[in-house]
Amino acid sequence: MSPFITIQDLLIQRNGRKILEIEALDIARGETLTVVGPNGAGKSTLLLALARLLKPVRGEIIYDGKSLLQMNELDYRRRISFVFQAPLLMDMTVEQNVALGLKFRGTPKEETQARVGKWIKQLGIESLSKRRAGQLSGGEAQRVSLARAFVLEPELLLLDEPFAALDPPTHARLLEDLSNLLKQDHRTAVFVTHNLKEAARLSHRIAVIVGGMLRQVGTVQQIKAHPADDAVEAFLQELPQSG
Amino acid sequence: MSEIFQITALSIQVSAIATIISLAIGLPFGTWLALGNFRGRSFILSIINTGMALPPVVVGLVVAIMLWRSGPLGELRLIYTPVAIIIAQTVISAPVVTGLTAAALEALDPRLQQQLLGLGASRLQMVLYLWREARLPLLAALMAGFGSVISEVGASMMVGGNIRGQTRVLTTAIVLETSKGEFGQALALSALLLVITYLINLALTWIQQRGQRR
Repeated sequence: MSPFITIQDLLIQRNGRKILEIEALDIARGETLTVVGPNGAGKSTLLLALARLLKPVRGEIIYDGKSLLQMNELDYRRRISFVFQAPLLMDMTVEQNVALGLKFRGTPKEETQARVGKWIKQLGIESLSKRRAGQLSGGEAQRVSLARAFVLEPELLLLDEPFAALDPPTHARLLEDLSNLLKQDHRTAVFVTHNLKEAARLSHRIAVIVGGMLRQVGTVQQIKAHPADDAVEAFLQELPQSG
Repeated sequence: MSEIFQITALSIQVSAIATIISLAIGLPFGTWLALGNFRGRSFILSIINTGMALPPVVVGLVVAIMLWRSGPLGELRLIYTPVAIIIAQTVISAPVVTGLTAAALEALDPRLQQQLLGLGASRLQMVLYLWREARLPLLAALMAGFGSVISEVGASMMVGGNIRGQTRVLTTAIVLETSKGEFGQALALSALLLVITYLINLALTWIQQRGQRR
């Protein structure tokens, strides 16, 4: 079976400086791939490139058999969804925030209400639905942000360290919920983190990016047992008792 | 009494039209400047920021030269008409609206653009939602734009000519009454101008505060 997403010979630069280089990476349909690496390694850049929010200077991303650059940009972006580290909610109610992407797509009102209701319930934020975004705690806001992405039922879900700024108990609860949702949903997802434990929890395969280069793809055990190079080994050693 | 009514109506009319035109120019232009990433952006922003402090008499002088009978746009015969005042006031308030629009949008989290696009917004939807998010400072930009023209006198005097029944507005009428020593009249017109400015800003502030509470 051909992979859902194929990245070939990708190079992304900013101000003439290389920020991400990937020789080859495949993502299967329904897979959750976790991308790990130190801060500033290029993990978020990969997500932005997958969302077509950054243009590569070389190489291509093939999505469901078609080159990303040949696809209509808006049509493509409406097949995916992005969750950032900060919830980035709009100054409106929780319900309105969750419905935002559906509104962009012109989804009929009844369907929007039903889907928003379903995902608000799934993420346990029903009691907050009429509250304004500014009145939420960090954990609540990030739940809204997840509901806003899941409600779109995207083919590809991109998550950029969505729990990094949360306190440990909230972090653990949300990770548990996300892990369950991804298992139930069989949705293709790329999850960025710098926490190997989190990576192992969410996915089978892990991609390690260090210094703007994809170094290794494999399971946590494989990567720990046979680091591809010194950079991966150094990254693993720097991790505090993870995994 | 009917003359005061006519002067007041003309003042509101020209300043409102100039503000609306400034908004039509300043909102998209300020948005382009705030969201764009191109060479010369900082230079254009510095010009706009300088334009926010343009002395109305300088604007009046330049617009008068342009519209003067022998000037480049003299054939349009606009000098000493309400249209000339609208043009001059637009030149005064457009940089104010543009500069404050750019500042309002630049104050938003820059990742919000990517988040909206990442949720499937078209470029237009993204801009509309950024405007929505910055609605309170944008309303302040509108208030500042209107305030800069309803209260100016230099440009209106120079390009309008303060012609009775045609181009006399509240500020130019106040100048005239003062020059004649009719301080009572001048004070009454000043009070009227202040009340109108207050009422319009009260309405806009009410809308702004309502937006904040929602």
